[in-house]
Amino acid sequence: MIVEGPVLKYGDKIDTDVIIPAKYLKSTDPAFLAQHAMEPIDPQFYQRASKGVILVAGKVFGMGSSREQAAIALKAAGVRAVLAESFARIFYRNAVNNGLPVITVPGISREASEGQIARVIVESGEVRIGERTLKGKGITGMALKILESGGIMEYLAKVS
Amino acid sequence: MGYTLTEKILGRAAGRPVSPGEVTELKVDLVAFHDLTGYHVIEVMEKAGMSKIFDQERLVVAFDHLSPPPDPRSAEIQVSIRKFVRKMGVKNFHDNNVGILHQLMVEKYAEPGQVILAADSHTTTSGALGAFAQGMGASDIAAAVVTGRTWMTVPEPFKVSLKGAPGKWIGGKDVALKLLGEFKADYFNGKSIEVHVEDPHSFPVDYRATVSNMGIEMNADALMFVPDAETVRFIKENRGYEPKVITPDRDASYQEAYDLELNKLEPLVAVPHSVDNVKGASELEDVEVDQVFIGSCTNGRLSDFEVASKILKGKKVRTRTIAIPASYEQFKKAMDLGYIKDLVDSGCVVTYGTCGPCLGGHFGVAGPGETVLSTSSRNFKGRMGSPDAKVYLSGPAVAAATALTGKITDPRGVQ
Ligand code: SF4
Repeated sequence: MIVEGPVLKYGDKIDTDVIIPAKYLKSTDPAFLAQHAMEPIDPQFYQRASKGVILVAGKVFGMGSSREQAAIALKAAGVRAVLAESFARIFYRNAVNNGLPVITVPGISREASEGQIARVIVESGEVRIGERTLKGKGITGMALKILESGGIMEYLAKVS
Repeated sequence: MGYTLTEKILGRAAGRPVSPGEVTELKVDLVAFHDLTGYHVIEVMEKAGMSKIFDQERLVVAFDHLSPPPDPRSAEIQVSIRKFVRKMGVKNFHDNNVGILHQLMVEKYAEPGQVILAADSHTTTSGALGAFAQGMGASDIAAAVVTGRTWMTVPEPFKVSLKGAPGKWIGGKDVALKLLGEFKADYFNGKSIEVHVEDPHSFPVDYRATVSNMGIEMNADALMFVPDAETVRFIKENRGYEPKVITPDRDASYQEAYDLELNKLEPLVAVPHSVDNVKGASELEDVEVDQVFIGSCTNGRLSDFEVASKILKGKKVRTRTIAIPASYEQFKKAMDLGYIKDLVDSGCVVTYGTCGPCLGGHFGVAGPGETVLSTSSRNFKGRMGSPDAKVYLSGPAVAAATALTGKITDPRGVQ
């Protein structure tokens, strides 16, 4: 699986209260959630992401609340993959369960700049940005099976 | 070489020995969800055409985030979950007016050695009793509700030893904030923290629950207290039976360990907008506060209300102060012991059994430009309402002292 797009860049410790505030959690509608993604720190995010982007971030991206709407909102807003120095465990699983590729890439927040085109091989974790190639932690094993099935429930339906 | 608590619990659940770093499938002992995530869990199940639950006795459902419902949509969500509960014959259902899910898990359900999953990040709270308890999203919980199983990467155990006894006004929150300040929020990612308490009764389950609760703020996979005499006392006293106890082997090896001297702790505060931006309360005494919140699954227990009442009794608050015991049980006990009266007499607004302002839900959310001092778990931007509000986090003693003065106050200076 290969995904590609311009980089949108954020810092360390982007939490799920920032990705989608609690007041929107009474809905699971992707189109609605997308409009409010990242609202507290970037009210223009929805416009900026709409053409399809690769989100780059620092440490423990998605920390905090377990709200699965965080992954749903980003994906629906146009995020094709998230590349981060590290991910919070719950967000990582939520992303995989919703078909949003998430790759841990050490050094990514230093190497990538806003607007550059990033090309990501999801299975191997290889990331091409401009002239450089970075080696991330690809999605493998159980997580890959789930991602390829389109989600955990789809995976369960397939294997049971 | 012996096994750590993490390896013992996950090994039993996997049906074979496991070691850190490996991916394994596991049997789950208890699964839980609340109103705000529960409707999403049910939606995922319905979309997948799955209409069975793995065990009617092992699913816990409690209303807390939208409790009591502040708007029609919240009420609608609760209506749909009540239907599910009836249809599936869920035995352990707690409607409005009972309490916050994680607190109910500690009071009624969690036991040492269990694997517990719930659709909420603060599921780690049940680690107070030595359970491997972990939050997950709606899809993962839907899968666990249907199959009674899950998969995970076995975390690397990290040993924390609590030495000595905490001083006056020091409690679980100061330990949690000390760990966050020292190690920062990303250090324990992929690790499970096993806390060994040197003198079990010096650090009661109420305090332990606060520390375990904030395990998720440390990004730990789980934060468990090694079961001891205090664990057994708590379960016996609250539920009338003696639990089976599972402990790490004496020769278990930990790659990393940290000793924390409880008597050296001072009252601590996390400064906006980060849980690991930690300072002594005494360094922040010029910060003016618009609202104090004492409550949440982090610090809404009897011991928290005891501390608050000691400081507030016979005095008047200067700041608007909202106090919410985490459950009916905690409210009832605090009422019988006179703590609730002390708080009401001092001018606090008191109710029980709701998450309320902790997640910016209702019952006192923060407005733009406001500063809140809260005993809850998170001070992220926008967490308690407006993204232009500032949230400071502390234990109940700093919160009560601050309520009296209107500025962040070190409780050691209060007469
Ligand atoms: S009290 Fe706060 S932290 Fe606890 S479950 Fe409710 S919203 Fe989450």
